[in-house]
Order: sequence, then structure tokens, then C-alpha cells
Amino acid sequence: MIRVEQPGLLSTIQDRGRSGWQHLGITPGGVMDSYSAAVANILVGNPPDAAVLEITLHGPRLRFESGAWLAVTGADLSPFMEGSAVPGWRPVWLPAGSRLRFGPPRSGCRAYLAVAGGFAVPPLLGSRSTDLRAGFGGLEGRPLRANDVLAHYAGSLPIPDDSWRLHALNWFVAWSQELSLGGRARLRFVPGPDWTALPLSGQHALAGETYRISATSDRMGLRLEGPPLVLPSLGERLSAGVAFGTLQLPPGGQPILLGVDRQTTGGYPVLGTVASVDHPRLAQLRPGHVVHFEPIAVEEAQELNRQRAERLRRLRASLGLRWPLSGKTHRGAP
Amino acid sequence: MHAAPSFIPLGDSALQVVFGDRLDPALNRRALALSRALAELPGLTDRVPAYASLTLHYDALVWTHKGLIDAVEPFLAAADTPDEANRRLTVPVCYGGEHGPDLDGVARHCRLSPAEVIARHSGGDYRVYFLGFAPGFAYLGGLDPLLATPRHPTPLPNVPAGAVGIAGDQTGIYPQASPGGWQIIGRTPLRLFDPRRKAPCLLMPGDALRFAPIGPEEFARQAEAAP
Repeated sequence: MIRVEQPGLLSTIQDRGRSGWQHLGITPGGVMDSYSAAVANILVGNPPDAAVLEITLHGPRLRFESGAWLAVTGADLSPFMEGSAVPGWRPVWLPAGSRLRFGPPRSGCRAYLAVAGGFAVPPLLGSRSTDLRAGFGGLEGRPLRANDVLAHYAGSLPIPDDSWRLHALNWFVAWSQELSLGGRARLRFVPGPDWTALPLSGQHALAGETYRISATSDRMGLRLEGPPLVLPSLGERLSAGVAFGTLQLPPGGQPILLGVDRQTTGGYPVLGTVASVDHPRLAQLRPGHVVHFEPIAVEEAQELNRQRAERLRRLRASLGLRWPLSGKTHRGAP
Repeated sequence: MHAAPSFIPLGDSALQVVFGDRLDPALNRRALALSRALAELPGLTDRVPAYASLTLHYDALVWTHKGLIDAVEPFLAAADTPDEANRRLTVPVCYGGEHGPDLDGVARHCRLSPAEVIARHSGGDYRVYFLGFAPGFAYLGGLDPLLATPRHPTPLPNVPAGAVGIAGDQTGIYPQASPGGWQIIGRTPLRLFDPRRKAPCLLMPGDALRFAPIGPEEFARQAEAAP
């Protein structure tokens, strides 16, 4: 059981999202950075659909009433415990009574906290994700608040013999191939119906390091600030389905990158959609960060996605070997 | 014969099947029929119809872009013979008064009496083209053009769930309380969205819809009885 002493800026329970409901206007939601969340779950022996905590920029203060294996991945938001840093991207045992806290956000935007077993909230419409806009799912459809109590299911990892102290394993998952947590990111995208109508000057502006992430960005979408882009035939299109990473161009000429909490359909011109392999990079962009765009063919985007899935599959297989298959299991307290 | 739709990649995990670029019930029927025909195709995570298109969200580890197009093409014939057995629903609406604060304003704008606005709004046959914007929000076609009224210049902070409004040449129902700029002419006691229901949304793409005027007492009674 985990007690929330301070909630942080925006911390929500998320899993891989709610699929199969978009035709009713229900957004898929789920984690913004699916790579970091998947690794966090792998590190603590969770199934891929276990719920994690998505932590935005300023993290919460959490008191662990019982000991637990956990992993923190994604953005470096300076996690620490009683004065010592809690290293990321590896399994860490936190003894009962510990306080997990977060310091200054060093790099990236969203960190993921997985606890062995996964957070126990009732699934709604097939998912444990929090839909903030519609106000349902996760923890009562809202971010964490002070005095919330988070339960988690029983994990499958063995309790360490000296369970009274912090354990941080001395190996970690290297993430630099998958994420860019610095101030700039290259986003590869599959051009959309309105891309070729965009004058070359506009295409070049998107390819250069011209656009910054605006402060009015969230899980619904990231607004870009830079020279306005102009299409010869501006205005609205007939509303149609949109996706995570779709780059829309509203009449003002400042493009919007749609996030996981987007509306299911949209009526603005579509310049393209960011390749799945670069969604985690998109998810880690902060206001002020610089993006540039590189068009790629849909076949290449799909090949990159397959390679990413294969790397995750191998990671899961190799970590399965590192953990003993039998032994004492850690019981959470839902 | 129908023109062949175009296939547009929406990134590497979604395929848009576009039947046309105008607001036309015939195009919408093809999109809905194709969606129904593809219900059993594996590897699709969402089938999202809109006015004249169907967006297929898919598992890119199951399908390639070209492979999915090849798999969808044999189903296009089904889209050309849409099944018209759609549901007919009646949505009760309490017009005017506290539930429809903008009824008089809409009447003034349209140079009609409030009673004529109610008669025209509840006399229309509406089609649910698709759902979007928010859970359970229906994009409806069929508003009497005489009722077209621009939205409020600044959105109101809190429009209640069930509010029935007009914005430009569109009419719609707010599924949940939210800020909004529509001209609110009435309110339905029905719950359009409830994530705890087995069918979370009352309206479905393709539904035929009518509005039936009810009084405030009937509104209160039905609101009480709503699950």
C-alpha cells in the first residue's frame, strides 16, 4: 500500500489505453511514452498491461507502507529516498516505511513508476487508464491527491533477504537509442493528405529547428510555436479520425501535435502523423523544447516499429532469465 | 456504381478510407457499412467512422499498410450496399425555461416565436453521422436551416449534461457537463454517457433521431428515473 503525501504537478494512473471505443468518441488515453512505461513494467516482472503511475515534471511524495520492488523510467525527475538517489531504469527494492520523493526535473517531461504487481484500480471499459477530460477511469477519473491510498496487486519478484534496506540493482536498461530527453528532438513522420499542398518554405521550416513546444501543451496535444504555416486552401476539412502524433494545422498557422488524450476526430488539415517509434520522444518534450520533422515512408515507419517491438521482446526475455523463477514472492496489499 | 474510395495512411498504425469530401448521408452510410463489414477482421483496434470516411486503427505488428489495404478491398462491395436497418430513437427534451436559457435569443435571431423554434427543432428527422469531440457526443445532420444561430461569442463556463444546443447549422446534445458556446434551447433527462453502463453511450453512428418536447415535471420525473 502506498500513501500519497504530496501529489506532485500531475500524476495519473495509466496503462496501455482503452481500445475499441473511439467510434463512441471515447479517447484511447493511456501512457504518453509507451516505451518507458513498457520497460518499467518489464523491470519489475509485470505483464505489459499493468497500470503504472505517469508523473509529469514535478513528482509526488509517496510513502510505502509495505516494501515493494519498483522501477522509475522515462524523464529524469530526480527520484530520491531519505537523502539517497533512487537510480532509474532498473529494479529497486524500497523497504517498508520509505518515502519516495522527486527533486528538480532534470530532463524529459514524464517519468513512469511501475510497482511489482501493478497498481490496483478497477478497470473501466477495458482499461485502468485515467481519462482526465471525461473524468473516469484510473483513480476516480482524476490525478493523485494528497492522502490518496494506492493499492497494488501482488508482484512475482522475490523479497530480498535483508528487506529492511534499499536495494538498487547494479545493471540498468540503456535507453538512449529510444528516447531523447535533451532540449531537442527529431520526429519522423508519415506525410498526410495536406503535406504536398504545404509550400516548400513551410516544409523546410518544419524540417529545420524552427518550432518550439508551447506552454499550452498537455496530454491532449502539443502546440508548436514558430513562423505560421500557410496552406493555399486554408480552413476546415470534413471531420475525420485522427491518431496519436497527428500534426494538424489550425487556421492560425501554428501546428498542433495530437497526444493520447486527443479527440477521436478532427477537422483541421493534416500534415502528417509522427511514426510510432518516435512517439516516446514526442511524449518527453517540454515547453520550450525544439522539434524538427523528417518525412519517411509508411513502410519505413512500420519497419522501425517492428524493430522497436523486437528490442522490447528481447529485453523482456533476457530480464526473465535474470530473475530467479522460484523463491519467495512479494505480496502487495490491495 | 460508386467511385472507389482512397486509402490514406494516418501514420504507421492507422488507415483512413475516404469515400468523399462532402457532407452526404450516402457517403456516411458507406463508411458505416464498411465498418460493420470489418467487425471480424483481426488486428484492428478501433474502427472510427466520420462524415465520409472510416479510420482503421490497427496493430502494425499484424498488418502492413499495403497488406491491410489488400485485406479491406474485398469488403468494399459490402459498403456499396449499405444495410439501412438503423435504430430509431426519440430523445425527450424540455425546451426553454431554466433548461433552455437561450431559446428566446435563438427565436429572436431566427425571427420566429419560441413555439415555432420548438416545433421546427422537434419536427426534424436527424441522423447521427458519427460520434466524436467527447464521449457520446453525436454529430447530427438534419437541423432546419431556419434555426441556424451562431454560438455565443464567449463560451459559458458550465453547460450541464443533457443540454441541447444549436451552433451555426448544427444541433447537438452535451453528454457531460462542460464549458461550451452553444445556444442552449433545452435539456434531455437521458444520460448520454455513462462509462459504467455496458453500452456506455446512448447514441450510435447511423441512428435516426427525433426530439420530443416534454414539460419540466416530466423532465424531473425522467431525470429521477434515469439509471
